Amino acid sequence: MGSISLKNVKKEFSGHAVIPNLDLEIGDGEFVVFVGPSGCGKSTLLRLIAGLEDVSGGTISIDGVDVTGEAPAKRGLSMVFQSYALYPHMSVRGNIAFPLKMAGMDKETIKRKVEDAAQVLNLTDYLDRKPRQLSGGQRQRVAIGRAIVREPKAFLFDEPLSNLDAALRVNMRLEISELHQQLRTTMIYVTHDQVEAMTMADRIVVLNGGRIEQVGSPLELYRNPANLFVAGFIGSPRMNLIDGAPAKEHGAATVGIRPEHINLSPDSGEWKGTVGIAEHLGSDTFIYIRAEGIGQLTARANGEIGLKHGDTIYLTPDAGKLHRFSEEGAAL
Amino acid sequence: MARAVSTKQKLVYTVIGWTVGLLIFFPILWTILTSFKTEGEAIASPPSFVLFDWTLENYAEVQVRSDYFKHVMNSIIISFGSTFIGLLIAIPAAWAMAFSPTKRTKDILMWMLSTKMLPPVGVLVPIYLIYRDGGLLDTQIGLIIVLTMINLPIIVWMLFTYFKDIPSDILEAARMDGASLRKEIIHVLIPMAIPGIASTLLLNVILAWNEAFWTLNLTAADAAPLTAFIASYSSPEGLFWAKLSAASTLAIAPILVLGWFSQKQLVRGLTFGAVK
Repeated sequence: MGSISLKNVKKEFSGHAVIPNLDLEIGDGEFVVFVGPSGCGKSTLLRLIAGLEDVSGGTISIDGVDVTGEAPAKRGLSMVFQSYALYPHMSVRGNIAFPLKMAGMDKETIKRKVEDAAQVLNLTDYLDRKPRQLSGGQRQRVAIGRAIVREPKAFLFDEPLSNLDAALRVNMRLEISELHQQLRTTMIYVTHDQVEAMTMADRIVVLNGGRIEQVGSPLELYRNPANLFVAGFIGSPRMNLIDGAPAKEHGAATVGIRPEHINLSPDSGEWKGTVGIAEHLGSDTFIYIRAEGIGQLTARANGEIGLKHGDTIYLTPDAGKLHRFSEEGAAL
Repeated sequence: MARAVSTKQKLVYTVIGWTVGLLIFFPILWTILTSFKTEGEAIASPPSFVLFDWTLENYAEVQVRSDYFKHVMNSIIISFGSTFIGLLIAIPAAWAMAFSPTKRTKDILMWMLSTKMLPPVGVLVPIYLIYRDGGLLDTQIGLIIVLTMINLPIIVWMLFTYFKDIPSDILEAARMDGASLRKEIIHVLIPMAIPGIASTLLLNVILAWNEAFWTLNLTAADAAPLTAFIASYSSPEGLFWAKLSAASTLAIAPILVLGWFSQKQLVRGLTFGAVK
């Protein structure tokens, strides 16, 4: 079991409210991703759940039990840190065995559990090495190994992949997702990378300034962003946000249209523009267009299209995919 | 681009280095040489550098006049004892300051350091009276207590500097892994800070070994360490340079050997944090 419930949680650092007031329910076995720009309080929130920081108000419960005042060790959670935080003086075996040793398990059980975890994470050949003799990816796997051996109620990941290079990051992303499929244990994952959030999460919590902007499945957030912040944050390339007269035509203060929902035509369309830069990725082409009376827009086309700098192009937004926002930024 | 150093520059630096080194070492060398002279040769003018009758009689005399090994044992017990107790108190203190600082942590550190600026003689009378009434005069435990208190600020400061360089993530990981505070310190913090703890230990053993003010004022015979042993040779019936030198040589020999073997550790420990 591993359901986590936050009620009226507040956190202040020397008088400054980092998290003013927050409620959140996380179901057993869910993969929840906290996403937001740096300084939005997502790591602080994770550390509050872990018990590494004390709340300034409110309650945190795990499986219905209030753990607000409990020490981290008593909460039954495991955490994987951005810096790996491996014990440099211990071998890989020592690192993975540490939580079991702290739990007072007997040597035979520890040995068996460490070897099982090493098997799952392909670390069997490295058990006797020191962390400094491992690559970044292997170190992160050791950190995950250390987290899974104690069979926690939930895993907490604090930007675990940001120290890895791009290729390795994709691999580890898959490994963590597979691990979740295997273990079906609650996972809370903090990242500033919305691609990680979209690809891994059952549910995404978008945070901004210590407040929850929206909670929902990746596709819910993509299709129905609750406000301008979520609209601009989720999706890559970013949603085009247009205000002024063109927005008024649609009865809104701002309208948003995703790059993939703009149809391009060489001879006719709603808006006229000039191609600034075209990024050819092979599978897609991102076109940055200067549209008359609107401003800078980004469009996305499937496959290769032969556009180059200075070409004139006509754009028509897919009417059904247009997002409308009020003066206050809320979705209409 | 690395700076090129010509052979001539190297030569100049080497000569300067050796000159400074020998200047610092000279008093020790002279003491050692004098300890092998007769009393007459020790005060002869002009003094002879190596061309004198080498003799071991001063060492024999010193051993007859006073029990060298008793003083060595006192020095060892007092310096290691005060350092170990100091570490026992300072490790948790430095942990708290490095990993759980409050608004006042810096003030506490400065206050601790400021106690080192107080001239010890300023508190001699009260401490002497307390020791006299408490039966601590001329006891090993009495000296261990006073030296622990004298050196505690330095131990805390040094450990604080080393601990600050340890990423707090690793200690938090230990906390998440179920370690209690005691286990976190024993299994994670101390093994990671071993170089720093070792150099703190060595430096404090040396400081305690050489401490002369309190050891001379609070001991008489039973707990007198080597500092008192040397001092006993500057007696009112006349100075005996050769015997005093022999006593000094015997007193500094153990700590010199310890320092020699641990110099690498000491340098590494003292520059820990400064050079990464």
